Amino acid sequence: MRVTVLVRPKQGILDPQGDAVRGSLHKLGFAVGGARVGRLVDLEVDAPTSQEATAQVERMCQELLANPLIESFEIEVEGT
Amino acid sequence: MSIRPKIAVLRFPGSNDERDAAWALSALGADAQLVWHAEETLPRDTAAVVLPGGFSYGDYLRCGAIARFAPVLDAVRELAAAGGPVLGICNGFQILCEAGLLPGVLRRNRDLEFVCRDVRLRVERSDTAFTARCEPGQELIIPVKHGEGSWYADEELYAELEASGQLMLRYAEDCNGSVGDVAGVCNEARNVFGLMPHPEHAVDPLLGSGDGALLLAALVDAARERTLAAA
Repeated sequence: MRVTVLVRPKQGILDPQGDAVRGSLHKLGFAVGGARVGRLVDLEVDAPTSQEATAQVERMCQELLANPLIESFEIEVEGT
Repeated sequence: MSIRPKIAVLRFPGSNDERDAAWALSALGADAQLVWHAEETLPRDTAAVVLPGGFSYGDYLRCGAIARFAPVLDAVRELAAAGGPVLGICNGFQILCEAGLLPGVLRRNRDLEFVCRDVRLRVERSDTAFTARCEPGQELIIPVKHGEGSWYADEELYAELEASGQLMLRYAEDCNGSVGDVAGVCNEARNVFGLMPHPEHAVDPLLGSGDGALLLAALVDAARERTLAAA
């Protein structure tokens, strides 16, 4: 089962990378109000149901893929 | 004759300061041994461990996030749980945070710049194995060289750490946007300490400052005491 994890800097956490991207977009003439830079992880997960896949990936996020102090995550299971 | 206590300096793929650390510790009276990350045990009679600077595992995912799974880390946890002193420098600090042995996390520097220069630091307390040769409030000059050294803890955790006196070392000048200008923190038991500055690069006045020797020599003292106590 294909599962996508989106890891984002938590709301309210300073994201200097996002700020630099926003500044650069402004220089190109794009008037974006804000930019935040996160990370995307595609996983191939062996699980009988999408609920089980989600549960597995949630543990992966908590233990490795995200640092809960500064990052939030979102899990998307393909086809659900 | 004073004994040379054994201090293990870990070496991960991508470490690059392990030789400087081992050299400095040896010059300060320790028997420093380089230990490969895949080892499952530390050398016999290891009294302390140093996790050196560098870019372990290419800083993949997050700095230190992969190194925490190295086999040798289990032995380090064991030594730390038994009260043995463990020092993490720069990438070593990042690894100890990711491994949950130290509180907080190191993030990208506020200004996105790689900071590489001597910085002024303030020692907050001297009642630890790492700062016993310093006075509280003493200023040290030690170089930093990092792109992801901005230490972060949320308000609640920060207040907790401040109350328990774990924020041992602060920048005495603006450096990288760390919360509370924190440059180094220790665990509750005060035997695990991590800092972004590199004391191993400041052990000889010829190189600009000898202040790093104060921290490392205190670690050697603690390791020696531990070795004598075990004998």
